[in-house]
Amino acid sequence: MIIGLTDYLSLAAILFTIGMAGIILNHKNIIIILMSVELILLSVNINLVAFSTFSGDLTGQVFALFILTVAAAEAAIGLAILVAYYRNRGSIAVADINALKG
Amino acid sequence: MTYAIIVFLPLIGFLYAGLLGDNKQPRRAELVTTALLGISCFLSWLAFFAVALSSDPQAYIVPLGNWMSAGKLSVEWSLRIDMLTGVMLVVVTTVSFLVHMYSIGYMAEDEYPPRFFAYLSLFTFAMLALVTADNLVQLFFGWEGVGLASYLLIGFWYKRPAANAAAIKAFVVNRIGDFGFALGIFLIFRLTGSVSLEAARAAAPSLVGVNIHVFGMDADALTVACLLLFMGAMGKSAQFLLHTWLPDAMEGPTPVSALIHAATMVTAGVFMVARLSFLFDLSPVALDFVLFIGATTAFFAATVGLVQNDIKRVIAYSTCSQLGYMFVAEGVGAYGAGIFHLFTHAFFKALLFLGSGSVILAMHHEQDMRRMGGLKDEIPFTFWAMMIGTLALTGVGLPFTTLGFGGYVSKDAIIEASYAAHGYIGAYAFFCVVIAAALTAFYSWRLMFMTFYGRRGDWAHALPHDAHGEAHHDDHGHGPAHESPRVMLIPLAGLAFGATFAGVFFRHWFIGGGFEGFWKQSIFLASDNKILERMEQVPWLVSLSPFLMMVVGFLIAYYMYVVNKAAPAALARANPLLYRFLLNKWYFDELYDFLFVRPAFWIGRAFWKGGDGAVIDGFGPDGISARVLDATRYAVRLQTGYVYHYAFAMLLGVAALATWYLFGGLR
Amino acid sequence: MVAQAFFFWIFATVLVASGLAVILARNPVHSVLFLILAFVNASGLFVLMGAEFLAMILIIVYVGAVAVLFLFVVMLLDVDFAQLKQGFVQYLPIGGLISICVGLELWYVTAGWTRSPHAAPAAAPTALVGNTKALGLVIYTHYAYFFEAAGLILLTAMIGAIVLTLRHKVGVKRQDISAQVARTPATAVELRKVASRAGL
Repeated sequence: MIIGLTDYLSLAAILFTIGMAGIILNHKNIIIILMSVELILLSVNINLVAFSTFSGDLTGQVFALFILTVAAAEAAIGLAILVAYYRNRGSIAVADINALKG
Repeated sequence: MTYAIIVFLPLIGFLYAGLLGDNKQPRRAELVTTALLGISCFLSWLAFFAVALSSDPQAYIVPLGNWMSAGKLSVEWSLRIDMLTGVMLVVVTTVSFLVHMYSIGYMAEDEYPPRFFAYLSLFTFAMLALVTADNLVQLFFGWEGVGLASYLLIGFWYKRPAANAAAIKAFVVNRIGDFGFALGIFLIFRLTGSVSLEAARAAAPSLVGVNIHVFGMDADALTVACLLLFMGAMGKSAQFLLHTWLPDAMEGPTPVSALIHAATMVTAGVFMVARLSFLFDLSPVALDFVLFIGATTAFFAATVGLVQNDIKRVIAYSTCSQLGYMFVAEGVGAYGAGIFHLFTHAFFKALLFLGSGSVILAMHHEQDMRRMGGLKDEIPFTFWAMMIGTLALTGVGLPFTTLGFGGYVSKDAIIEASYAAHGYIGAYAFFCVVIAAALTAFYSWRLMFMTFYGRRGDWAHALPHDAHGEAHHDDHGHGPAHESPRVMLIPLAGLAFGATFAGVFFRHWFIGGGFEGFWKQSIFLASDNKILERMEQVPWLVSLSPFLMMVVGFLIAYYMYVVNKAAPAALARANPLLYRFLLNKWYFDELYDFLFVRPAFWIGRAFWKGGDGAVIDGFGPDGISARVLDATRYAVRLQTGYVYHYAFAMLLGVAALATWYLFGGLR
Repeated sequence: MVAQAFFFWIFATVLVASGLAVILARNPVHSVLFLILAFVNASGLFVLMGAEFLAMILIIVYVGAVAVLFLFVVMLLDVDFAQLKQGFVQYLPIGGLISICVGLELWYVTAGWTRSPHAAPAAAPTALVGNTKALGLVIYTHYAYFFEAAGLILLTAMIGAIVLTLRHKVGVKRQDISAQVARTPATAVELRKVASRAGL
């Protein structure tokens, strides 16, 4: 069978859903949340590349490249914050992080 | 022209003292206002005699200008000078002038004399505008003006809460009367199409028997109008039911009591009924009502005056009672007698008040008679002035003649007139006034004996035990009392002269044979009003009765207050209920407080707290701010501080957005 | 064609499965490893689509740097995993509901979309150059500005990471260049008269 654009898009949709569920279900674990965010970004990348392939336009891949860049930077910063936070508080239990309470 | 001067000089005095008066050097304001009033007084006497001796029956009109015209209503400023006006001009300006002079001495130690004199002159102007009014609206202007001046003067010592309360009470009770008065004016306008006195007088005969439809009933128009107008008189002249303000008005300085609450303002009601005699004499029901109220007031006030301990209150109740007499006279149709009593009463009542002021000053602002005694030798001039006033009030004279002090001539005329009246109310009135004559004599002589005879402290046993807690005056009279300055004694002398001779001199004109030639057309008598002739034909016992009553009262007072000084206390102890009933003025203040004041406050509080507070503020600023706070209290719950809650919210938002675009169609 | 379909299904299935494993695993180390697996499979998918440069970059950057970073951090932090799994079941209904809703909506879109007649037609394939070269030709010309911006972002991230985690150790001797340069003879040099053979 011919793998069409729709298949790639459905795959990306499923991956996106998995990432969202990961955020909601694992809200107590920061690291899992960050990984779920990476999953979401991955699904977006798949989407972009699929469109790029099936419309012959290289813009999609260029955009995916930049998304990759930003995702990497964001993961680095997020983990750095986590490390700094752990050093200051001694735990990453999310239930304790409510200093923003208004 | 002269008349305009008479009326407006006090206004100039008011403006001068009010605007240019200096509290540090008050003498100039005092002298200017007194001098202006002196000129007014002199001119008034000239006018009085000019009108009395002229033979022109028509009133003299001085037009001053147009006030307002709206449709059918046209109100002019104009002065109406007829004999009634002349009498009132004389009364008002004379007493006012003497009171001004007296106040120079009485208010010498006060902080703000110019204000006092300004208010006195303002009052005089308003009263003069009232008596010279040619139409009902101008009369109402004067009416309200004197009410205002009364408020200002009663509350002159505004730093005292009792004075402020009394001023408000006076104004509010007056207001109730004025409400009826205004309705009466409206009705007159409706019936006659004009507010001018001439037009009303011309239209009055055609209004007899006319009915108006009010509250679903048909009522005689003239009667309703007269009753409404009389309601105003009841308020202004402190008649029964609307009398509660007069005793409290004694919070004002004594000259105020003398001028306003003895001689002039309270007589405005009497004057008004006489001025509108062309209406009243044509509605017998209204006259009966006037008669009833007057008689009841005469009796009621006299009973309360029997037991009062404040010297000014005794005289105040005496005034109330004598006003009742005047209304009794008018109620039987003897308007001349009523005005005559007004005339003589002005002199001797003002004399009594000013004399009591002199006593109060001599006793260093002590007003309770139980602390007085033995002043006869310490202040002899005042004593003789008060003696003349008492003789005039109680009606001392030679029986079967017309020779006597002021009250003898005028008051006895009223008693005779009440006997001569027909009907049950006439009989009721006769009994009331006769008994009141005895009571009048009693309390007048009681005042004299307690104040001037005996020794200081004779009546101290009657003081309540916590006497020291009652000190709301300056230091009490310790040491000998000294006579007042001459500037205060001259008015006393003038008034004493008037009190002694006014009755005798003027009887012929007011109620005697010269009635027609004197009053001319200023007093209207219906064709069936024959009271003056019938007055002359009463039995001799009736003519003698007031004299007898006076003697009885004198003797009882003499016994109880000179011979057997323990008798009053014993009598009070034997009849505690009656004593307290009279002492508390028949509990009218308490009754009105329960019936009107408390509900009014309740309604006010309901509107204030409930209406203004809950509704307007609740839906307005307070309510909105409270709702905002409520909303924020809910909104705050969203800010938990947990990052995962925020992430969850974001995801929810994304989901919602996607759903909306999906099903709403991407535009 | 068949091979393409076959490989697509293999890669897709493993990708989805490892994605699920990432979020459901109890041990975060396992989660990271499954994430790596997911990336590898995604890279395979990219190759299938003809974007081999991107596929390699995915391996190098994502797997080689980001996932390893995750692993480092997971190992570094001493966390109590049991406590962190709390609340999973509590949020399962609502989380599952929302996710499934979003998923269905996305699938609905992918299933029913059509190409707009106004869209530019598919570009004809140009001369056969490799994917890398083709990307290079585009990036450094049309998208040069974004390229520079991406570089700046990376620079910022680097500085940020250093700033967040750098700790100055106390007691470490360091040079303070500016103080050294600003030294004046008055504070640095002291002239002493020393007698011959006496020493200081």
